[in-house]
Amino acid sequence: MTFLSNVAGLWNYWAVITLMMIGLYIMISRGNLVKKLMGMNIFQVSVIMLYVSMGKVAGGTPPILIEGAEDVAYSNPLPHVLMLTAIVVGVATTAVGLALVVRVKEAYGTVEEDEVVAIDQATDREEAAAARAAEAAHGEGA
Amino acid sequence: MPRRSIHEVLILRVVSKGIFPFVLLFALYVQFHGDFGPGGGFQAGVIFAAGWVLYGLVFGLTELQKALPPRWVEIGTALGVLLYGGIGVWSMFAHGAFLDYNVLDHHSTVHGQHRGVFWVELGVGITVASVMIGIFYGFAGRRRVR
Amino acid sequence: MSEHFPALQVLLPVLTAPLCLLLRHPTLVRVLSLAVTVGCLGISLALMEQAREVGTVVYEFGNWPRPLGIEYAVDTTNAFVLVIVSMIAAVVLPIGCRNSQVPEGREYLFYSAFLLCFGGLLGVAITGDVFNIFVFLEISSLATYILIAMGRDRRAIMAAYSYLIVGTIGATFLLIGIGLLYQMTGTLNIADLAVRLEDVKETRTVIVAFAFAMVGISIKLAVLPLHHWLPNAYTHAPPVVSAFLSATATKVAYYLMLRFIYTILGAGFVFDVLQFDVILTPLSLAAMFIGSLAAIYQTDFKRLLAYSSIAQIGYMTLGLSLNSELGAAAGIVHLFNHALMKGGLFLVAGCVLLRVGSTAIVDMRGLGSRMPLTASALVIAGLGMIGVPGTVGFVSKWALVSAALDQQAWQITVLILLSSLLALVYVWRLIEVMYLTEAPEGAERREAPPLYLIPTWILVLASVYFGFNTESTLGVARAAAHQLLGGAG
Repeated sequence: MTFLSNVAGLWNYWAVITLMMIGLYIMISRGNLVKKLMGMNIFQVSVIMLYVSMGKVAGGTPPILIEGAEDVAYSNPLPHVLMLTAIVVGVATTAVGLALVVRVKEAYGTVEEDEVVAIDQATDREEAAAARAAEAAHGEGA
Repeated sequence: MPRRSIHEVLILRVVSKGIFPFVLLFALYVQFHGDFGPGGGFQAGVIFAAGWVLYGLVFGLTELQKALPPRWVEIGTALGVLLYGGIGVWSMFAHGAFLDYNVLDHHSTVHGQHRGVFWVELGVGITVASVMIGIFYGFAGRRRVR
Repeated sequence: MSEHFPALQVLLPVLTAPLCLLLRHPTLVRVLSLAVTVGCLGISLALMEQAREVGTVVYEFGNWPRPLGIEYAVDTTNAFVLVIVSMIAAVVLPIGCRNSQVPEGREYLFYSAFLLCFGGLLGVAITGDVFNIFVFLEISSLATYILIAMGRDRRAIMAAYSYLIVGTIGATFLLIGIGLLYQMTGTLNIADLAVRLEDVKETRTVIVAFAFAMVGISIKLAVLPLHHWLPNAYTHAPPVVSAFLSATATKVAYYLMLRFIYTILGAGFVFDVLQFDVILTPLSLAAMFIGSLAAIYQTDFKRLLAYSSIAQIGYMTLGLSLNSELGAAAGIVHLFNHALMKGGLFLVAGCVLLRVGSTAIVDMRGLGSRMPLTASALVIAGLGMIGVPGTVGFVSKWALVSAALDQQAWQITVLILLSSLLALVYVWRLIEVMYLTEAPEGAERREAPPLYLIPTWILVLASVYFGFNTESTLGVARAAAHQLLGGAG
């Protein structure tokens, strides 16, 4: 196993892993909710690439039956079909995600995660404070 | 030069009006020729929806919803799925398994397969087109938030 | 007709969902959805009967023979999961979308989403094709995000968004795992995968595939370090949705884990070669303790239940990590028992939310006199969480402890019992607030309506009934575990 066969021979996997890591990194590091969804899309595309590249058969022709010809190597069409479904799933996920972002913007007035979390934590603290106050008042009453 | 709204640009209006029927026609071609060449319900549905989205972008959402009320889009979404499922249920009544196209025609399994694929793809096409337009309605119809 | 049951099990809810979009009428849609869930329950029970008789019920879609086409394969294990999912759906659905943000006149959208989620979960459990698992998982997840976002609080939207991001990562990891398995074997059929993997099991690709699939499933199952999405999602979702999800979604994920470990890769490979239990056992134990400890310190009833769910998931995975028939049976029976208890408790939270207007624990003061039926339901289900004899919780704990003792794992036995004490703490805290403190002044004394109480009490009474009638559930779980671990293929 030389460096060349590890890198050049498996270049499609390197491409997939690079894309996958870019996507994951964006999802983890970006605070903007829309950018997170973009990272999610890149992440999903990397998996689509993984499947599509595994459908390639060395020397294979497109998988359309050639009548009368024998000993023809066809590429494997199944991964492509699977990915058609995965793409649809991805589109649906993105649409739901963006719809949620729109509602986050309407409810909080921002799409930055840290700001939303700060608002949420403030709400949580207020609720906890109200609970403590209620408990204290009750203690005095009793 | 004052910026004009996209709805007022004459060239856009004329060109998109001219393109619009051909986009829809191409969608129908991809849909119904999908049995013999590349194509099928997914692609056709998206192309079909793209035509309407173009119309909506140039002429405005109100105009688009006048031509294609949101309720119709919702019905289309449901009908497409039901058409797909209905074919499967039909094949169950014809003593086959769910989505067994072979039993859809009494005389030849090839015809049965053809019939099954045709209707199922039509169902997919209707649903994909409706969902795509529905997503456009959902986002475009929202008020802008400051 | 009965030969079509496996297909109808999934088709009924999935095709009724678009029908709801067409009908729109609130009452009509509600009756229809209820009829469908009850029908599904009947079908799942019939499937269970068939599976117990013939071993594995197979349904080939489009009459394409296995491995070419997609098949549904029902054995005792997934028949049991199907029963759990459809039972909970049939019980909680009548409550409908009260207490959520669904605008008047658009209730049909709630029922549509609910049926899609329901159908997706059934699909994951029933299918015999790994790619199909991914598709159904995403169908149910997408519907779940929508259902969670229907919560009254705006925090529900953010909870749904976080779950969407994390859930998508999980499902995509599972997809990567499936892809790598397909690459090594050229098949997606579960039974066929098991056969073809025999020769290539030791390759690095299969090990990586297993790792990806396990991480993906663990996210959906909320195994301890990957549980972060769960508390927010369950806390802010409408109570009916929390009840349904806590009782079904994680159960289906647990079923997937069983399927991948026992059927596809084989326990010998997973536990002896990869030593998966070295990771899973500490994580399960940590989940049991951290989940229960976190539950003790919560100020919100629903959040307390969510953290207790994480602890209960720890019991299930602990059963799995014992790598024995008894352990797997303990995990499987706990699926059922936990669904009853936690479903009932979340419905109690729904009653409280309806009448008190919040689920903060301080607002539940004096609930014993204000809402006696609700409070007593909470107590009974809570005793089950502790594992008091005569409740389903005891059955699970007993099965788990005897599985641990069977392997001479004394430390684990002690830890199980210790963690039960933690459950005692958080349940006692609730009892104290409800019965031993007085209601705040001016608090309304009104019981929840029968619409809420009946489903709650059905689950609570079932949790007592199956605490005594252990043979039905434990027997099925043992048979399922026996079949999974290679008794019948």
